Amino acid sequence: MLNDVLVLGGGVGGTIVANLVAKEVGDKARITVVDTTGIHVYQPGFLYVAIGQEKPAALKRPEADLLRHEIKLVAERATHVDPVAQKVVLASGRTLRYDELVLATGSRTVMEEVPGGAGAHDFYTMDGAIRLFEALKEFQGGTILIGVAGIPYKCPPAPVEFVFLLDDYLRSRHIRDKSEIKLLSPLNRAFTIEATSKLVQPILGERGIELTGFFNVESVDPIAKTVTSLEGETMSYDLLVLVPPHRGQKVIEDSGLGDERGWVPVDKNTLKHTKLEHVWAVGDTTAIPISKSGSTAHYEATIVAAEIAAVVKGEAAPTHVYDGKVMCFLETGQGQATTISFDYDHPPVSPTPARRWHWAKTLFNKTYWHTVPQGRLP
Amino acid sequence: MSVTIAKSLDLKGLSCPMPIIKTAKAMKELAPGQLLEAFATDPGSVPDFKAWAQATGNTLVESGQQGEVFHFVLKKKEI
Repeated sequence: MLNDVLVLGGGVGGTIVANLVAKEVGDKARITVVDTTGIHVYQPGFLYVAIGQEKPAALKRPEADLLRHEIKLVAERATHVDPVAQKVVLASGRTLRYDELVLATGSRTVMEEVPGGAGAHDFYTMDGAIRLFEALKEFQGGTILIGVAGIPYKCPPAPVEFVFLLDDYLRSRHIRDKSEIKLLSPLNRAFTIEATSKLVQPILGERGIELTGFFNVESVDPIAKTVTSLEGETMSYDLLVLVPPHRGQKVIEDSGLGDERGWVPVDKNTLKHTKLEHVWAVGDTTAIPISKSGSTAHYEATIVAAEIAAVVKGEAAPTHVYDGKVMCFLETGQGQATTISFDYDHPPVSPTPARRWHWAKTLFNKTYWHTVPQGRLP
Repeated sequence: MSVTIAKSLDLKGLSCPMPIIKTAKAMKELAPGQLLEAFATDPGSVPDFKAWAQATGNTLVESGQQGEVFHFVLKKKEI
């Protein structure tokens, strides 16, 4: 009998798993991807939309174009997972059964959890990034605050990248001398990773970007244009950009598959659900205390694909497991960037910012559509 | 006089900066002078708790380690 491999979510993680399993097992399994919209969105590009360096349309492709032809795509929202009956219910009421299930549903932003948060901009959704750039085009000077309203969030380097790119943008409009950029950080440094903070903090200073430490955003007063921290400090702004709180997707929460924030508990090496049989999770979806980023999803997906392919073929589980590998770029502005690489056993390292890393990131972004979703990069 | 802990936080398994954020949230609920204890496994929490207390005017009353678990006691600042 054919195995049914069901993947919930057509983002980077889900797409790689589906393509690699299909390539590996041939006609030994029926592989189905369920995705709410059927449109694949390259989320790392939101940062560039927010400062006018990328067009929204360039970040979207039909998911069907990225999947191998033998994979079935169902463009519908999954509403419930029944891990006992091994079936998934869709919004239409239709059910799909599975032998192996991959949860790759990612995260969602919940700015509504921040009192007054509607007064803040963000670049964590396509709409948010578009609106932010509209606001920046109108901006003629004043104070821009960039803060964090919840952890964990996608792409940890993004707030630091944003302030550097914002600095470039305001300089290009000749209004930098009429503007203040203030980065509000959850810790007493620019970035959670100390080694990377040591690299970027002097650059923040050179660019005149002010760093305020231990400012964990609690609430916003959009009338008074102030933001208040858990630590009890209040700051004024003319334009506020917040990293919104994130949660797992509703289908995870409604099905009781995750923790209180909807993150799915998995073994940090095999990515198998800690309590449920035949269920894996990848990327933002998991509760592993590691970066929520496309890079993490990418590396995890290759492992899960190999594990599922072994199950389908009746072979022993592969010995190669996920080692916590993460590799991110971090733009430092003025055409330069650095990288951050680490795994469970090796602390993060970042090279001195240079033009070549910026070009490497640009090249990666442009070639993404032809390499990553298909699983062509290791 | 015995010392009463008003709230205890289990932050084991959480990585930076979650221990600090959960602590900041919990401290907000305490009355001035009350004590909070926290248990964490992230080694980065040792300098972070010290720096957070200094920056926010709260007092790090105690900081210790037993095996792989770090133990902190914080006193909420008087207004």
